Amino acid sequence: MLTLALIFFPAVAATVTLLLNGDSAKRFALGAALLEFLLAAYVISQFIATPEFQFGFDVPWINVLGIRFSGGIDGISILLVLLTGLLVPLIVLSAFGQNYNRSATFYALILYMQAALMGVFTARDAFLFYLFFEAALIPVYFLAALWGGANRIPVTFKFFIYTIFGSLLMLVALVYLYYQTPGLHSSAIADFYKLNLTPAAQGWVFWAFFIAFAIKMPVFPFHTWQPDTYVESPTPATMLLAGIMLKMGVYGLIRFILPIVPAGLDTWGMMAAVLSVIGIVYGSVIAIRQRDMKRLIAYSSFAHVGLMAAGVFSQTTYGVQGALIQMLAHGINVVGLFFVAELIFDRAKTRQLDQLGGITRTTPKLTVLFMILMLGSVALPLTNGFVGEFLLLKGVFDYNNYLGALAGLTIILGAVYMLRMFQKTMFGKPSNNTQSFADLSTSELWVLVPLVFFVFWMGLYPASFLKLTEPAVTNLLRYIK
Amino acid sequence: MQAELLCILIPLLPLLGFVANGLGFRRVPASLVGPLAVAGPVLSFLAVLSLFSNFRAGGNQPFKALLFDWISVADLHINFSFQIDQLSLIMLLVVTGVGSLIHLYSIGYMKHDEGYGKFMAFLNLFLFFMLLLVMGSNYVIMFIGWEGVGLCSYLLIGFWNTNTSYNNAARKAFVMNRIGDLGFLLGIFLIFTTFGSVEYSDVFASATGMTIGDKTVLAITLLLFVGAMGKSAQIPLYTWLPDAMAGPTPVSALIHAATMVTAGIYMVVRSNVLYTLSPLTLEIMGGIAMATALLAASIGLLQNDIKKVLAYSTVSQLGYMFLGLSVAAYTGGMFHVLTHAFFKALLFLGAGSVIHAMSDEQDIRNMGGLRKYLPITFWTFLIGTIAISGIPPFAGFFSKDEILAHVWEHNKVLWALGVLGSAMTSFYMFRLLFLTFFGEFRGTAEQKHHLHESPLTMTLPLMVLAVLSVVGGLLNVPHALGGHSALAEFMAPLYAGSQQVNPAAFGGHTMGASEELMLMGISAGVALLSAIVAYVMYVRNAAVPAPDSAERSLPAKVVYNKYYIDEFYEVLIVRPVRALGDGLYSVGEFVVDGVVGAVAWLVRTVSGQLRLVQNGSIGSYVFAMVLSLALIIALRFFINWTSVLGYLNI
Repeated sequence: MLTLALIFFPAVAATVTLLLNGDSAKRFALGAALLEFLLAAYVISQFIATPEFQFGFDVPWINVLGIRFSGGIDGISILLVLLTGLLVPLIVLSAFGQNYNRSATFYALILYMQAALMGVFTARDAFLFYLFFEAALIPVYFLAALWGGANRIPVTFKFFIYTIFGSLLMLVALVYLYYQTPGLHSSAIADFYKLNLTPAAQGWVFWAFFIAFAIKMPVFPFHTWQPDTYVESPTPATMLLAGIMLKMGVYGLIRFILPIVPAGLDTWGMMAAVLSVIGIVYGSVIAIRQRDMKRLIAYSSFAHVGLMAAGVFSQTTYGVQGALIQMLAHGINVVGLFFVAELIFDRAKTRQLDQLGGITRTTPKLTVLFMILMLGSVALPLTNGFVGEFLLLKGVFDYNNYLGALAGLTIILGAVYMLRMFQKTMFGKPSNNTQSFADLSTSELWVLVPLVFFVFWMGLYPASFLKLTEPAVTNLLRYIK
Repeated sequence: MQAELLCILIPLLPLLGFVANGLGFRRVPASLVGPLAVAGPVLSFLAVLSLFSNFRAGGNQPFKALLFDWISVADLHINFSFQIDQLSLIMLLVVTGVGSLIHLYSIGYMKHDEGYGKFMAFLNLFLFFMLLLVMGSNYVIMFIGWEGVGLCSYLLIGFWNTNTSYNNAARKAFVMNRIGDLGFLLGIFLIFTTFGSVEYSDVFASATGMTIGDKTVLAITLLLFVGAMGKSAQIPLYTWLPDAMAGPTPVSALIHAATMVTAGIYMVVRSNVLYTLSPLTLEIMGGIAMATALLAASIGLLQNDIKKVLAYSTVSQLGYMFLGLSVAAYTGGMFHVLTHAFFKALLFLGAGSVIHAMSDEQDIRNMGGLRKYLPITFWTFLIGTIAISGIPPFAGFFSKDEILAHVWEHNKVLWALGVLGSAMTSFYMFRLLFLTFFGEFRGTAEQKHHLHESPLTMTLPLMVLAVLSVVGGLLNVPHALGGHSALAEFMAPLYAGSQQVNPAAFGGHTMGASEELMLMGISAGVALLSAIVAYVMYVRNAAVPAPDSAERSLPAKVVYNKYYIDEFYEVLIVRPVRALGDGLYSVGEFVVDGVVGAVAWLVRTVSGQLRLVQNGSIGSYVFAMVLSLALIIALRFFINWTSVLGYLNI
């Protein structure tokens, strides 16, 4: 039942937000998001580390088709529930500095988005999953299309086409799997796990799922919608996309591909892993040359998610555990970095690296917090990024030594582009745009400090998180012979 | 129990200093910054001393202190735990001892800097990570320290961050180190795959069951050595270290001479069982080490920046340390780490004192005659110079000699090259000394006016280090000179495993005392001769190196420009990567986008064709299914909404 509350509370709150106006809408949205966070935190504190689903709901829904309205939280979901619960209030708060017009709608869309995301991460029925997966697209699409930059219309259209295409493929796969279930058919994900598909069928289902999720994350070569969309979207939407939404893809790989089509994975997994690793190098090399902060972070995100995908395809406990903890870590870091880009843009009126510089002179608080997030992103030990990257690389390395070494280039290239970005913004002589640069305001601090707190918590004592997921991961990997 | 507490306190104390000065930056009063920053290292040093005496009293029994289970996934268990044994204790003594002196020195050197508190905080943080590096009981904890010191090195090289070339130097250091770190990391993975653990005790215990020349061990040791190349500045990853001189001078002394850069040597000695198992790795290491030692020494011959000379000297000396390791003279390598920590820290701090007095001038062509104005700096610098040159009876003589003696037994050609390098070392160091402290002052009148000896906080560390540079060699006086190799005896238990797997590599001294004395005589004589040549050139003939713009012969030009290695890397790696980035962004993205679009279009078209051919069986079914199902779901979803809520109320 608590899961249901996690899904519906933001939806209800979003609807109420729509009825309010201006500042009260904004404050209400923040209050609701905070309550949702507390609820998520409570759920996590009550979670028992077993492979079982907990706090679930399960009622008949479309009886004729045997589709049930069921959901719950297990070890695969739990960190994503935390991620969604943690990031949304911060994303709402991060938007306070901007005066978005029609702000009630703006904040309501964020909360609707949260509801859908919670649904995706907790659905136990494939069609319910699909429904939320699609529903999550709508608010963020409107956020981008209505509040985005000058070039938003073609960019969001491309985004929409790509994701719809992916979704259709997934739907085909789900319907196919549904019809493979015995008897009156069932769309419970757990029943899909029991199927005995022919290797050929597994191959097709594998590709349908892979492309669907690969577009979402994105994995090379399905990524070309992403940098433009991240840049053109208003930053809160970018944060939702990069911080949480792309995890739907990684989550999908783990939830669907690993247990349902192990034979497909056997045949095609290497190819998918190679594509993922190409994405790491490809995205990193491009990131090195970016001038726009937001675009640079977008490409870095693309590179990082490639490693998560490769980790999943390694089919090892390290890879999957690494992907799960890295989803949380990446969400935290990328949201922090996009926020920093936003507040620099806000003050300097530019995100172009060659027009920035010397910011650190007047901003000790920003410098420290930005640096910690940056270090998390380059996976320095004792920060959150290290644990995930270590496990992911270990997984990929075990899967294939050479692929692991290639994926490992991320630790070099990541340092190149991140340190370059940091240097060009914070160090050197101030430019005309950064002459009088104000340090963080209190509300900005409140966005970054919780993120940095998690950077250290996850880095110093990752056991708190790894313990929650381990039994479920072990259980899941049993499906792979 | 008490020992465990000490283990925790040792890294924790500097960390507390970091937190206090870091969070309190610009709020902690300037007079309190120094004491806060020095307290941590000094107390840590005392804790190390206490730990050391406990260790001796307890019959040299190594022990581990387990803090907590850090990362546990499947059968991989990484403990956050410390291991105290002979090796970590020696490193702890150096790191906290020399570290304390350099912290003290920094008070005098950095007090008037705007970022004083921040600087001291970073030094403390460095110490914390360095202590993790040497105390960790497994490779992953070592890796935490390994990367952490890299971060601090980055922060401190680019400490004066308004200067773009300093920032670039900092970034270069971090990135080059990361190249090495990737090797290190892959090495760790392979260690775990092979031995099922990353804990030293487990790994080395199972390694003793392996045979010499094992392929996996070869891969492991090479990968780890790649890490060492980065951190300890060996070919091809050494070019960051000379650039790292952009950092304030105490940083160069602490991080880029005495401690961090010797991490690679520590790592190899720590893993000596694995390296002994892989003679091929040792051969490769020896070649790289020798090449690095000679290359860097030759560059040092013509450098005119006081810190650059010392930097190339450090690279070269690190080469000597690896050279020692490559002939399984693990104690010799560590011995040189120790003595080098003393005299190179001394030389850097002395250089700092000179730079301080010369109003930030670093070009030795503009110095000269400073011994009158900076007597303490001069005398201590002289001691450091004698020590590094390998002139008896100062510290460097003993440690370098031990390495060369082992090299002699292994390979006479390498030995000759080693002696050649030693001659160069002596020459460039005395050249530096003479140009700086002898002859007439060549700087501006204003600089001359400001010349002054440094305050006691700076000269005291110089004096202490000078004493250590004189007597440090006594730690391990060879039998040939009537000593009893105390250090070697102390460290012997560390090599039990190595001796077991490859007794031949530890044949012991087969050479007689007279042969050893002869070798000593040759290397000391060569060093002395070089010093005399330098004297004749720079004191007797008062030669001053030509200005940068002067015409140089081709060989001189190549050496003066550091063999154009940086330019070579620029052309070979940096620019291609940039071009690739630009190309992928402008062309690659366009192509990928186009191809994906085209394939999607193709699939749609072809599947349309197929559907016609197959009389619309599968494709249209699926499509119809999709549409109808989507419709049903949509309708049902909205129609049954109230009943769903009804269910929930039950």
